[in-house]
Amino acid sequence: MSLTNEIIQQRLTEKFGEQVSEFSTSYGMLQFEAPKEINLKVLNFLYDDAQLGFIFLTDLTGVHYPDQKGRELAVVYHLHNLKENIRLRFKVFTGVDQPDVYTATGLFSSANWMERETYDFYGINFVGHPNLKRILNVDEMDYFPLRKEFPLEDQTRIDKDDEMFGRG
Amino acid sequence: MSEHIKLPEGSIEKTTTTLNLGPTHPATHGVMQNILELDGERIVSADQTIGYIHRAFEKLAERRPLAQITTLTDRLNYCSSPLNNMGWHMTCEKLLGITTPKRVDYLRVIVMELARIADHLICNSIMGVDAGAYTGFLYVMQYRELIYEIYEEICGARLTTNMGRIGGFERNFNDIAFQKLEKFLDEYPKALKEFENMFQRNRIFMDRTMGVGGISAERALNYGFTGPNLRAAGVDYDVRVHAPYSSYQDFEFIIPVGSTGDSYDRWLVREQEMWQSLSIIRQAYQKVQAFTGAEAEVYHADVPEYYLPAKQDVYTKMEALIYHFKIIMGETDIPAGEVYHAVEGGNGELGFYLISDGGRAPYRLHFRRPCFIYYQAFEELVKGAMLSDAIITMSSLNLIAGEMDA
Repeated sequence: MSLTNEIIQQRLTEKFGEQVSEFSTSYGMLQFEAPKEINLKVLNFLYDDAQLGFIFLTDLTGVHYPDQKGRELAVVYHLHNLKENIRLRFKVFTGVDQPDVYTATGLFSSANWMERETYDFYGINFVGHPNLKRILNVDEMDYFPLRKEFPLEDQTRIDKDDEMFGRG
Repeated sequence: MSEHIKLPEGSIEKTTTTLNLGPTHPATHGVMQNILELDGERIVSADQTIGYIHRAFEKLAERRPLAQITTLTDRLNYCSSPLNNMGWHMTCEKLLGITTPKRVDYLRVIVMELARIADHLICNSIMGVDAGAYTGFLYVMQYRELIYEIYEEICGARLTTNMGRIGGFERNFNDIAFQKLEKFLDEYPKALKEFENMFQRNRIFMDRTMGVGGISAERALNYGFTGPNLRAAGVDYDVRVHAPYSSYQDFEFIIPVGSTGDSYDRWLVREQEMWQSLSIIRQAYQKVQAFTGAEAEVYHADVPEYYLPAKQDVYTKMEALIYHFKIIMGETDIPAGEVYHAVEGGNGELGFYLISDGGRAPYRLHFRRPCFIYYQAFEELVKGAMLSDAIITMSSLNLIAGEMDA
């Protein structure tokens, strides 16, 4: 039988109840979030469940939302069930003060470098990662460049402020 | 160690040799370093260092309007820039809800498949170079030149093409472009056949590549392999078929798969894909020629907010002038939303994860770069192999430093 977004949502709510939340569909792709403590449980369930079978980690990345207090950093997983050909997006949020998220390297070998990249740019500490060090930036760097507090433009310029980009 | 060097009492003699392969070694075909630990000529461990040409594209993209990001995508996999360009335009179109006319889709298919051929022929011929056969490389290089000439007619550039716009192409393909395409379709198959004859059943090449750098389907999936490298391991996953974009559902083609996932299978899969690309181009060209009347002149969708107006209109019409100004200055607000769009790039699933908060530039843009993800399997691929096998495994993976480092 073919797998649909509704069935995935139903299976997840059966298993995790209130803990998985914020279900929505964006351009046909199901997305939801869960507390960071159970990210591995959710990934394992999606991987092992005979009906779901999300065995392919397409992408793993981070996002920074400085205005959301207590949940500033997001880790976004894109998973793919190749047999049923359906994708989903799974997010966990973490505070910027203690950005600890369990690593998915035990489940997906591909997560190794993707988590290193996310650590490199956002400073998300993947607990249990075998080799969590910077990958694209120099080792001596002492900040996390993709966080929003590091502006791209020269700070002395006044002609290119946020207003120029629709965020006044 | 020789008797001339006196080690301190109780010290353990190191029996392995450390070798730095790269970052600027000609055999790495790109700026990447491999620290190999060698026991004689056997590889004990490999430690890859990447990031030498990291240019912070994801950060740059957060301050650029959509149209200006196309030039960043050029520089990901620079062997097949038009593929990246088209992938990016389609991501924007998905976010903005733009549907493109069929003729645009078919023209895009022609360009994308040309780019795929250019990408694969470099990878396969470079594999020959690394195995000691330089001639094949020189044979097919002149056909990449023909492809670049077609690009030149379409967009004016050759390597970093910045081709197309959101909604279509900047101008219609001219007659010379189609003539050059016909010339390519006519001449390239012969050269490809000759190239194939030189390698496919060549004893030396087979001995150098068979069983080298192999990976099982299961491990390949776990490592996030996509594209020809995954298909060589026997998984028939192709984005063009699984999530057809740009009207790929209108075409007949085969997805070649291998069985052992070794360097030889990767070479064969790429070779077969080039034949399939040629067939797709022929089909697309036929479909393009079938358009008549006004339809034959369509080369972009009607999206004035994102598609630059014609220059004569800018000078004579008020709306066109306004749109021109807004597009050039990047003053168009993008609708809020989250979108992931993937295309089948030269070496795998090239994904764009775009988050817009309603500003004029993306809030966050992430590139899913296939070779960044599968390069981490390199150590597993070469462990226990000879040093010369590592070189050929590296070139058979089609690693492009620009894509890896973004």
